[in-house]
Amino acid sequence: MAIQQISVFLENKEGRLAETVQKISQAGVNIRALCVADTRDFGILRLITSDNAKVKAALSDSGAVIPTDVIAAKMDDTAGALSGILQILADAKINIEYMYAFTGAADLGAYVVLRVDNTPAAETILKAAGVSTLSDADVAAM
Amino acid sequence: MANYYQPEIETASREEILAIQNEKIVKQVKHVYENVKYYRDLMDAKGVKPEDIKSVDDIKKLPFLSKADLREAYPYGLLGTDLKNCVRIQSTSGTTGKRVVAFYTQHDIDLWEECCARAIVAAGGTNEDVCQVCYGYGLFTGGPGLNGGSHKVGCLTLPMSSGNTDRQIQFMMDLNATILCCTPSYAAYIGETLAEQGYKPEDNKLKAGIFGAEPWTEEMRRSIEKSLGIKAYDIYGLTETSGPGVAFECCAQSGMHINEDHFYAEIIDPDTGEVLPEGSKGELVFTSLDKEAFPLLRYRTRDICVLTREKCACGRTHVKMSKPMGRSDDMMIIRGVNVFPSQIETVLLNEGYTPNYQIVVDRVNNSDTLDIYVELLPDQFSDIVAENQKKERSLEIAMRTMLGIGPKVHLVPPHSIVRSEGKAVRVIDKRKLHD
Repeated sequence: MAIQQISVFLENKEGRLAETVQKISQAGVNIRALCVADTRDFGILRLITSDNAKVKAALSDSGAVIPTDVIAAKMDDTAGALSGILQILADAKINIEYMYAFTGAADLGAYVVLRVDNTPAAETILKAAGVSTLSDADVAAM
Repeated sequence: MANYYQPEIETASREEILAIQNEKIVKQVKHVYENVKYYRDLMDAKGVKPEDIKSVDDIKKLPFLSKADLREAYPYGLLGTDLKNCVRIQSTSGTTGKRVVAFYTQHDIDLWEECCARAIVAAGGTNEDVCQVCYGYGLFTGGPGLNGGSHKVGCLTLPMSSGNTDRQIQFMMDLNATILCCTPSYAAYIGETLAEQGYKPEDNKLKAGIFGAEPWTEEMRRSIEKSLGIKAYDIYGLTETSGPGVAFECCAQSGMHINEDHFYAEIIDPDTGEVLPEGSKGELVFTSLDKEAFPLLRYRTRDICVLTREKCACGRTHVKMSKPMGRSDDMMIIRGVNVFPSQIETVLLNEGYTPNYQIVVDRVNNSDTLDIYVELLPDQFSDIVAENQKKERSLEIAMRTMLGIGPKVHLVPPHSIVRSEGKAVRVIDKRKLHD
């Protein structure tokens, strides 16, 4: 099942990231995982949070905030686990735009967040291969 | 649909208008010659006497005034009456170091406000309208001019001044504003902010907007009309001639009628100063026919436009000026190519972007650089870096096609470009800092 990531478009200037994260903290929201892409002109902050609605409200006046569907796949914390998941997607000709990983606080499980070009197809294939993925409810309960 | 504030003047025959102008110019030249030493010296140097000016046809004998004269005569050198007869000054922003201070008698204020009233009525304004004025109040002519015009029409006037967009929107919605007066860039910004707050164009009661003080394109007009659900009218003026209202658009939206009973317009060749025939493109020159305190004769505006006397659907007979095609000041010469901000704006709006942009020109290793910063709307942004870069590349190609030189385009988040709540800072030319 896909989960919702929040993507925030930030000016590439000192203090923008601090300001944004502070607003999230003031809204009382916990960031489960994050990844920042930096380019010449802007940064893109991608977040998996405990409460996306609150994040959207907290950031409503600070530029572009868009929700994006991503897959959070659970892996065994062993050598080769990530490689196995990526091979499944490669075999199915699914392109990965970007990915990042995090550890579940409660279960200490390893998770990889995948942004792919065809989310529904990727979900179906991973499910068929026995890979479990998180739902929004799972993330909220983490 | 024809609405006039002063129908007898606005629809007067060509002969009637000429008779008014001829009578006024003879008096005005005499007034200036007797009271403004600076201009008397210019006339004497050219060998022109007040008696030589018998009608508006003779205006071409008079010397020109330019911004340089205004700077030299600052502050009192072009004053046409005793200060005790003056009741107000207005001033330009002076951002380019060329501050102009203009003086007004009560008569001058009244005629200026009347011109603004004609513009408001032409846009459909009546005493039943609620007119929200968010031009800056103070030294800038925008706020005081439209405020005065709105009073004369009898609109309920909301004297908002510029800035504080949340408050603008609150008053607009709570008090059912029907006419909006501001700069076009601020109108576009209000439109965007309304959409962000979840309002649809039909949720407001606005029917018309009167936008000026900045160059803007037809594309921008369509975009503002759509976002606010209104008809958008252009208005023209300069502090040097009084302020907004020197010319205004009617329901035909195809050029601005010049208030010819107060301002005589000529189009000249900017290089030779020669008067060009109707329909020619050239520099607009104004002679104020009956202002008392700051009576500029043959003032060169540096605005390039065309005048036409073609019959207008609205019934007005006053000559129409095209939207200025660019002020000679706005033109940038980058790597030897003439570039106008309006060309960049046209590309952005055609490609579906906002008119919120900033142009930065610099010189690196003796070569000019052109960087264009463009704000994205939230739904135009992608979480994938390559997608955003693809948008930058395709805008760069469209810009190169239009401009003839290749700029670097930078997409930036919403609200990251400093907002014009008075006038937009469209161009930052850093080359001037190095020279």
